[in-house]
Amino acid sequence: MSALTVFYTGLFYFATLVFIGGVAYRIYEYSRTPAPLKIPTTPAPTTGSGVALRMAREVVLFESLFKSNKWIWIFGWMFHFGLLLVLLRHIRYFQEPVWFWVEFIQPFGMYASFMMVAGLAGLWARRFLVDRVRYISTPSDHLMLALLIGIGISGMMMTFVTHTDIVALKAFMRGLMYFDWQPLPGDAVLLAHLTMVALLMIIFPVSKLLHAPGIFFSPSRNQVDNPREHRHIAPWAAALEKDRA
Amino acid sequence: MAAPKFEVPKFQDNAVLDIPKIQEGAMSHMKSFVAGQAAQEYLGYPWELGEDWKERAIERMGEVLQKYRSVRVFLDACVHCGACTDKCHYYLGTADPKNMPVARQELMRKVYRRYFTFGGKYFPWLVGAEDLTQEVLEDWYNYYHECSECRRCSVFCPYGIDTAEITMAGREILNYVGMGQKYSNEILAKVQKIGNNLGLPGPALEDTLAGLEEDIEADIGVPVKLPLDVKGAEILLVTPSADFFSEPHVESLIGYAKVFHAAGVSWTLSSHASEAGNFGLFNGNYEMMRNVAMRIRDAALELGVKRIIVGECGHAWRVAYSYWNTLTGIGYGGDDPYAQMLQKQLDSRYPQPMHICEYTWDLIQQGVLKFDKSKNDHRVITFHDSCNVARASRMGNEPGGQFTIPRNIIRAVANNFYDMDADTIGESTYCCGGGGGLLTDDLMEVRVKGALPRMNAYNSVAQANGVNFLALICAICKAQFTKVFPYYGFDMSMVGGVHQLVSTAIELD
Repeated sequence: MSALTVFYTGLFYFATLVFIGGVAYRIYEYSRTPAPLKIPTTPAPTTGSGVALRMAREVVLFESLFKSNKWIWIFGWMFHFGLLLVLLRHIRYFQEPVWFWVEFIQPFGMYASFMMVAGLAGLWARRFLVDRVRYISTPSDHLMLALLIGIGISGMMMTFVTHTDIVALKAFMRGLMYFDWQPLPGDAVLLAHLTMVALLMIIFPVSKLLHAPGIFFSPSRNQVDNPREHRHIAPWAAALEKDRA
Repeated sequence: MAAPKFEVPKFQDNAVLDIPKIQEGAMSHMKSFVAGQAAQEYLGYPWELGEDWKERAIERMGEVLQKYRSVRVFLDACVHCGACTDKCHYYLGTADPKNMPVARQELMRKVYRRYFTFGGKYFPWLVGAEDLTQEVLEDWYNYYHECSECRRCSVFCPYGIDTAEITMAGREILNYVGMGQKYSNEILAKVQKIGNNLGLPGPALEDTLAGLEEDIEADIGVPVKLPLDVKGAEILLVTPSADFFSEPHVESLIGYAKVFHAAGVSWTLSSHASEAGNFGLFNGNYEMMRNVAMRIRDAALELGVKRIIVGECGHAWRVAYSYWNTLTGIGYGGDDPYAQMLQKQLDSRYPQPMHICEYTWDLIQQGVLKFDKSKNDHRVITFHDSCNVARASRMGNEPGGQFTIPRNIIRAVANNFYDMDADTIGESTYCCGGGGGLLTDDLMEVRVKGALPRMNAYNSVAQANGVNFLALICAICKAQFTKVFPYYGFDMSMVGGVHQLVSTAIELD
């Protein structure tokens, strides 16, 4: 096996470990931290199923963002749903045979990359053009966008301009999954694409990308509005009750 | 009114303001008075920065992160998208970028990153992490006291990040290192020592109520009572102490008394629990908020009442509706001994606690109350949704009852009602500018400028529909607007409570 293959094999195992382990740890940390008070932003649903629906609207439609700012909403939605289609399309590189619906979305996934990169470009433009957003942008905000656009463009290059040896790449990926390591094609665009993806996976659990799991733990969105009917009390607060009674 | 030392912002033609360009440092001179030794000591906080203030601050931040999921998730989740940047009334009124919700959060987030995250520990310049310095602490003090914790930003954030939670955590840490705010902390001392925020002792309260009874009888010839500490009364009314002798608050108190009189129900106020307000909320200290709320549980048990009703006060209703059950067991579902005692004692046919507007609206629907609406004909009314009622509580059984019920009452007692622009009411309502512990003269510039979005929308209905009365259900809103209206060229008599309108129109026999 070439040094290149060894390096990328190692890199992807490391990135996957950090990504899965890191995000799992964050989720554990969020779920373990109590929310001592009822703070849903009202009007809020009064039932659990109502909360599930509210959360679904937030995650799928970006409801609050829609209320807030139509430009951020359209660019953000283009990016996220472009990314979703692109990711789903990529499932084909990990399975044999390929599921029917993954075959079906293949063309949509290919062109969704344009939507994804356009959305990212719009979001990036706001960081320069809107004085308020420029003020709050940090170097990592810019680098994150650069990284995502880099991943998008290198991917599109391989889809539309200079194809890589996709059969060999698929063998490499499946080799990772089954611990039967296979050589990785050595073209620059592919290597750039894979490096940036691995980097994104590694920084995910220590960056603002935590907004993805975070929203599900946001007390202002995931709590039921029923404080008069049900007593809500955190373990550390219940301990105060024992001191007093 | 003395001439202001700052420029009062100008109205715009549209009800919804244009977004100002940022002006860095526009409000950095604004610092409310720091609490002195007496108040800090009473609350159990230091009163000056010790040698080890930095370690203490970081330690406290670590504890807050363990105790509050909101703070932990909100500090991690922000992506700096900018959706909140034009949502804060203080930003719209001052153009200071640190009054943008995300920037206000960032004051804490940059410290959190530095001491609690991988990126901030090793690559601080990359992720905008910063050491906690005295300069940063000063910024915290200034800008966490230019936030009224109104939650408007949380409506518009795609992750529901609520800057109020960050402000509360910031104030808790500030208190813990010895930088409390004079106004809020003196009130917190008074309410725990004497029983109300104004520091009005029992005998003075008794006198005030007796005087009010005489005034009402002289005015309408009906002996409407304002009972105090009556054991065995059916209803305990807990209301902000401003209702006892501030104008226009007292007019609403008279309104509640007339409603109870018309309903023929026995009710009482309590000298022990003579305050619905709870500034413990503003400072983000659970134990203190709980101590203040306990007075109500104690009074309810002592007086043996069947129902607890809360007067017109925004943050008090948030604490009562959302937290009393958690803090004290007033409500349903608790299983500790006090909660059990309360559930046995309180009438389970009603929600506990209940808002005075819920109570009055129920009576109106049952046809118990009679009104002569024409008595309010000199008024053209609009209604301001108070932030804590709008975005942190509910009335009635349906989400949004907090918007419909007060408006239903107004329409039942008056003929002329117009809503302000839809983007400035309901869940999008603007804060009055004086909430969250900012109702102090040393913050007058913040208060006047922060009121701009609301005043501008009010001005629009005043011009278009001849509106001349701003109806409120919050003691802080009432005090704030009576002070701020004159700055914007309106008369302070245009401000009053919903139950002041009820009081004007109700027919008693």
